[in-house]
Amino acid sequence: MARLEKMPEPQRSHIANTRLPAFDTYPWVDGPALNMRRIAIVSTAGLHRRDDRPFTFEPGDNYRIIPGDTAANDLIMSHVSTNFDRSGFQQDWNIVFPLDRLHELCDEGHIGSVARFHYSFMGAMDPKDLEQSARKLAGLLKDDTVDGALLVPV
Amino acid sequence: MCTRAVGGLAHYIEEEGVATTQISLIRPHTEAIKPPRALWVPFDLGRPLGVPNDAGFQKRVLLSALKLLEEPSGPVITDFPDDAPVSRQADVVWACPVNLARKKIDLSDADAMRAAFKKEMVELRTWYDLAVKKQQRTTMGVSGLELAQIIDFIGAFIDSIPANPREDISLALSLNFAVDDLKAYYYEAAAAQPGSSSPTAEELDDWFWGETVAAKVLFAVKDRCLKRDDKMMQLLGKILLIPMSHSDA
Repeated sequence: MARLEKMPEPQRSHIANTRLPAFDTYPWVDGPALNMRRIAIVSTAGLHRRDDRPFTFEPGDNYRIIPGDTAANDLIMSHVSTNFDRSGFQQDWNIVFPLDRLHELCDEGHIGSVARFHYSFMGAMDPKDLEQSARKLAGLLKDDTVDGALLVPV
Repeated sequence: MCTRAVGGLAHYIEEEGVATTQISLIRPHTEAIKPPRALWVPFDLGRPLGVPNDAGFQKRVLLSALKLLEEPSGPVITDFPDDAPVSRQADVVWACPVNLARKKIDLSDADAMRAAFKKEMVELRTWYDLAVKKQQRTTMGVSGLELAQIIDFIGAFIDSIPANPREDISLALSLNFAVDDLKAYYYEAAAAQPGSSSPTAEELDDWFWGETVAAKVLFAVKDRCLKRDDKMMQLLGKILLIPMSHSDA
């Protein structure tokens, strides 16, 4: 279904005609083997803890912190868009926030460790408006010694 | 739009010195933005790991994305080779277990619509409770409103503009989140049928938008939003309440 050619109109045209940011640099950071890396999830699903504030369009209101010990029932979604499926998330949070799977990959030795904190943006925004927050967030990731950020859209 | 967002975020985070990898749901967006590393997957929007409750499949997707961190150079986009599995034979059509009372509703009678809406919500309650028990969780709760408040608040939009039940966000966002909770209630209830098969996103959407009183109420609310001058209300009416795929239902 996420094959653009299979999407129904008008969604296909809406997505195909979305204005995209242009980047003229190609950043690249090397690192250790995957089984030595510390991984954090950075979602754009508008996820947050149940007792946290929902996402708004207020300037600067860009991301939420999701502590690594957050329980599945404490994570909810306040993404503004209705044009993506939420029933998968309702049945299993791992479909958008694969924290259980990350821990399993860690236990099996595929990755080194799982970060203490994860993050979510609300992705119905122009990425340029998220730049300042994303750069600050990189500092938080480094403080947590993360050397692999897994970005997950919806 | 989220694939666009993760593409941009990856540029900024990687520029600050943290290696990134990502899942892409819209390949042309990723091709244009060129983040350092991306795994394109052929799954529904909203299902980046493919399918719920299939740890083995999810781990294959996850590991494929993470292994891109070991690529020697980039930008690199690779394709996940498999479609998301379905949990039953393709020719077996999912049927909602909830037998909603069928009665023709007079769409011009706001009170009759509200009464039918409330009755339907009550009928679903036992299935929703079963779903919560089975899943040990619910995704309802974004609006901060109780179920009865959600019914009254959304129902009031059929023929009026109610007061905002929250002080910290706009009326439009309160409505948006109340509708999110309403849909979570219906979808979680409908997916609670006994057995192993889980309905696809398309099946649940077709049921909700095609068969429920709630959908009829939301179409009426959409019309109310479109009559408002408020920019966010207009946006709600145009694209945020009804999915584009069902906007002509």
